[in-house]
Amino acid sequence: MAVALLPGRRSAQRAPLALWPPGLAVVLATLVPAWYLLRRSTERGWAPWEEVLREATWPLLVRSLELALVVAVACLLIALPAAWLTTRTDLPFRRGWSVLMAAPLAIPSYVMGMTVVEFLGPKGMLQGWLEPLGVERLPEVYGLWGAAFTLTATSYPYVYLVLRGALAASSSAEEEASRSLGVAPWPTFFRVVLPGLVPALAAGLLLVVLYVLSDFGGVSTLNYNTFTRDIFIEYQTSFDRTRAAVLACVLVSVAAVILIAEMTVRRRAGGRASRRSAPPRPVPLGRWRWPAVAFLGLVVVLSLILPLGVLGYWLARGLQVGAQFPDIGEAARHSLLLAVAAAGLTVLLALPLAILAARYGGPGPAVLEQVAYLTHALPGLVVALSLVFFGIRYAQPLYQTTWMLLFAYLVLFVPNALSALRANLLRLPPRLEEAGTSLGRPPLRVLVTVTIPLARPGMAAAAALVFLTVVKELPATLLLSPPGFETLPGLVWGRTSDALYAGAALPALVLVGLALIPLVVLAWRGDPATLES
Amino acid sequence: MNILRTLFLLALAALVPVAAAACGGDDDDEPAPAATDTAPATAGASPTATPRPSGSITVYSGRGEALVKPLFEQFTKETGITVNVKYGDSAQLATLLAEEGAASPADVFFAQDAGALGAMTKAGRFAALPEATLAKVPAAYRAKDGTWVGVSGRARVIVYNTSLTEAELPASVKQLTDPKWKGQVGWAPTNGSFQAFVTALRKLEGEAAAEKWLREMLANDVKVYKDNRAIVSAVAAGEVKLGLVNHYYLWGFIKDQGEGFAARNHYTAPGDPGTLVNVAGVGLLKTSKNRPAAQAFIDYLLSDAAQEYFVKQTYEYPLVSGKSADPRLPALETLKPPAIDLSDLDDLQGTLALLRKVGALQ
Repeated sequence: MAVALLPGRRSAQRAPLALWPPGLAVVLATLVPAWYLLRRSTERGWAPWEEVLREATWPLLVRSLELALVVAVACLLIALPAAWLTTRTDLPFRRGWSVLMAAPLAIPSYVMGMTVVEFLGPKGMLQGWLEPLGVERLPEVYGLWGAAFTLTATSYPYVYLVLRGALAASSSAEEEASRSLGVAPWPTFFRVVLPGLVPALAAGLLLVVLYVLSDFGGVSTLNYNTFTRDIFIEYQTSFDRTRAAVLACVLVSVAAVILIAEMTVRRRAGGRASRRSAPPRPVPLGRWRWPAVAFLGLVVVLSLILPLGVLGYWLARGLQVGAQFPDIGEAARHSLLLAVAAAGLTVLLALPLAILAARYGGPGPAVLEQVAYLTHALPGLVVALSLVFFGIRYAQPLYQTTWMLLFAYLVLFVPNALSALRANLLRLPPRLEEAGTSLGRPPLRVLVTVTIPLARPGMAAAAALVFLTVVKELPATLLLSPPGFETLPGLVWGRTSDALYAGAALPALVLVGLALIPLVVLAWRGDPATLES
Repeated sequence: MNILRTLFLLALAALVPVAAAACGGDDDDEPAPAATDTAPATAGASPTATPRPSGSITVYSGRGEALVKPLFEQFTKETGITVNVKYGDSAQLATLLAEEGAASPADVFFAQDAGALGAMTKAGRFAALPEATLAKVPAAYRAKDGTWVGVSGRARVIVYNTSLTEAELPASVKQLTDPKWKGQVGWAPTNGSFQAFVTALRKLEGEAAAEKWLREMLANDVKVYKDNRAIVSAVAAGEVKLGLVNHYYLWGFIKDQGEGFAARNHYTAPGDPGTLVNVAGVGLLKTSKNRPAAQAFIDYLLSDAAQEYFVKQTYEYPLVSGKSADPRLPALETLKPPAIDLSDLDDLQGTLALLRKVGALQ
């Protein structure tokens, strides 16, 4: 099965034993939430299970999946052309667009949600601009479409980055051959280019779907009731942890089904061992140049300019009326330190598992890697509570220290790191390790001198991804940070829940700025393949 | 060697928080020498003979940092007691306290609403407060068993867009089911203070009447919002004309955006369930390791300075007898809220079940 999974990619040799302990430890860490949920959900026997499964929880699940589907399709429709345009064509300002298209990843869904309501609400800013034209009221933004818009804007870059990485690394030889045989550009794209992108596409969409299932900030602001929102309501109102745990278990089961599906798709598609030859010749866009620019421009306006503009507007209005602004120096320092530390720790610990799964054979590592994604569909609040439960019982001295928080980030974001590492590791030529060993080096030395150095672009991308996700993370940060430890998301949350938008805008802008740093640095360094996830 | 350097840098990055924690100066958890061993044996001893509470306490605050941080700092300045605060949503902090159990580092829980406090009382997590503390606040605004005390009051109101005049506004929430308000009312069914209001409605008028009202509101195309803030914002923007909210959000908006903000508050008639007065309050955890300091903190929240601070900063009602609210608000005594025991508001499960049953949470 593993051979079929990724033919020709794996080294025939045995993996260095040293990879196994850290690899297994990471998988076990990601299973802490599942373990907690099983314990909590069964503490009163199976009655709560029967109750929840009998009740009307299924319509909510359908609503969650509906939203995930809409967002996934929308992400695909944005990310596929965007990735192709920025890697394969003579698009004007290509480098600039590459960065801009990835940038919305820096906007937290709760900020996006608030700004979408402010701007596109029935009587929002846009309606104000259109009023002279006789527009009294915009159509309802709340509900499925508003939530889908918000989540698409914040998550399409996941798909975009993976696709970009795959496109930049794959050779365009087949494509050019197809074109030279007289096949028109569109059929070439669908018959030659697209099939090669399926594994990357599946990986990107997987992250998006799990993200949508776990999101609370976006759906609650846009008022679309999903399964995750119901879990929050349960905690919010009845303080019933058992029932919430049962609901969360259902979410994990759904994630399991999705993960199996993704694995199957990837296996069917197979690994295309296309090697990078000469840099592909850019496809001339001709008269499609400006429509292409307009399309990318529209995406940037809606997903980046809109939220930043509204934040800027709140800030300006606050300055005018003399609103109070929080002192953000310390919070910014804390968020930066946490993000740097979490990025380092998570990438370091995810690396052995990624190498095992991508470079060495056997179904074990591949399945283990997939298991690490299992709890990625869980809302941050549930993961945080599971770590409270774990920490206070088994790691009391670390409880409510920054270490516990870093552990939470590890559990939450290992999948993000894995996806970036996987993309990089799978692209390395097969039998690399064998070559090393045939030169007489022991496996561990091959690992350190051959595999890991070549994995560095992936490590950089993974660190960037974890860094920016940690900067944005809210529920676990609030619940697990040491008392008195201020962070940027904490400040944003505190101000918005007290309706102090002006005061929230400042830390929110700094937060986005901080999250943008790794994206810009990666893009600046030039090699398009490193701007991948 | 390059790769070793990379790994080294990553490891170094992972070690950063140790340094951060070390500089953070959070070397607390040193329980103050408890008052017990040196406490005067006779009740008649003068207060100055009692050792002053000191050390540090951990407060879980459901009230926002922007609001209460200056107040906590003032407390530290006056008493020398360090306050480590964890901010969060009241209900989530209550869940956190439940999950932490007896090992919780928290000494004090300062919650936004009586429901979260009631849940803690029910779980037996609060210690009874001394009579001297409780006596400062009218009986209606504290726990019957003395396990928590209200600090500030928040009235339910109908917020309206200023295109309406006072005369057009309904005298009771029950009139909101009138076809004239079809599609013009906003509510936040997932919000704690709204659910407290529905709970009060159930207690006051009975389950059947509450269910009927909810169903008629839904049939009248009531608009759903995330929370009070979103409703006030939507009412000012004219998305809906009326909204069911707490009274103080409006004044926050006006402070933030100026007097031109296009919404104002309307109080329904005396005794109407629409004028329920809920509280933000505080309880002392049984597992506190520094009770004297925690007690001093709670007393500080009920001090003149703190009560005036809430009046000025949040436009809430001061609950300590003899203190008056912001002059722009009707006095608490004139509101005549419905006669209900706030401790009864902890039956949120029944409310949740009802809201689910009528489909208000879909």
